[in-house]
Amino acid sequence: MALEVNGKSYEVDEEGYLANLNDWDADIANAMAEADGAALEDNHWEVINFLREYYEEYQIAPAVRVLTKQIGKKLGKEKGNSKYLYELFPYGPAKQACKYAGLPKPTGCV
Amino acid sequence: MGEEAIIKKFMYVNRKSPYGTIYALESLEVVLISAAFDQDVSLTFTDDGVYQLMKNQKTEGIGMKNFSSTYSALGDYEIKKIYIDKESLEERGLSISDLQELVWEDEDEDYAEKSSINLVSRDELSEIMNQQDIVMSF
Repeated sequence: MALEVNGKSYEVDEEGYLANLNDWDADIANAMAEADGAALEDNHWEVINFLREYYEEYQIAPAVRVLTKQIGKKLGKEKGNSKYLYELFPYGPAKQACKYAGLPKPTGCV
Repeated sequence: MGEEAIIKKFMYVNRKSPYGTIYALESLEVVLISAAFDQDVSLTFTDDGVYQLMKNQKTEGIGMKNFSSTYSALGDYEIKKIYIDKESLEERGLSISDLQELVWEDEDEDYAEKSSINLVSRDELSEIMNQQDIVMSF
């Protein structure tokens, strides 16, 4: 499968996750969100950027429980909870945010 | 209400060097996935398995993904008990300082980092293994 952004074509898997991490840029994230009927704002970017940093450091996309806890640590308890994260990413914070971040589907995500 | 959740003691025993076979990576993936099930999980590194935690791994030459940094995420997954077989290190001319430091963060103490590593003798390890409900060897 392929995703078209700005006239360029990017390889994605059957669930829409980017095949090559290095292809990623902000326009791709915005295009993915738009296809889901969403618009990315600062609150979304905080989570997306966090996920990219986490992947850079640990070479994995964190499970949702880990994401929630780490967001709480980094951005404060009012953001480190399921309610807040599901409001931002209604398809599942780890799954959906990882997709926009260009990461593989989280390990431990069934 | 429903039945109480049953928590079992799971130990994953890592015996092989990290890149010669798929065992080390498979074990790590199983551990991360099973962490979602709220069980009492520990990891053991013994025999050539101690090489999995070596610092400064470089895999460019063998064309494999270097997954050694993923061990540092174990603490985030609430895996706080890592046992290292002391004799296995000694037999290979290694010491604990050759291995990565693995920590977990205590949320109740302002995310203070606490070591997850326990250096144990084979006798101690055998004792700990006997206390497990399930031991899986990779």
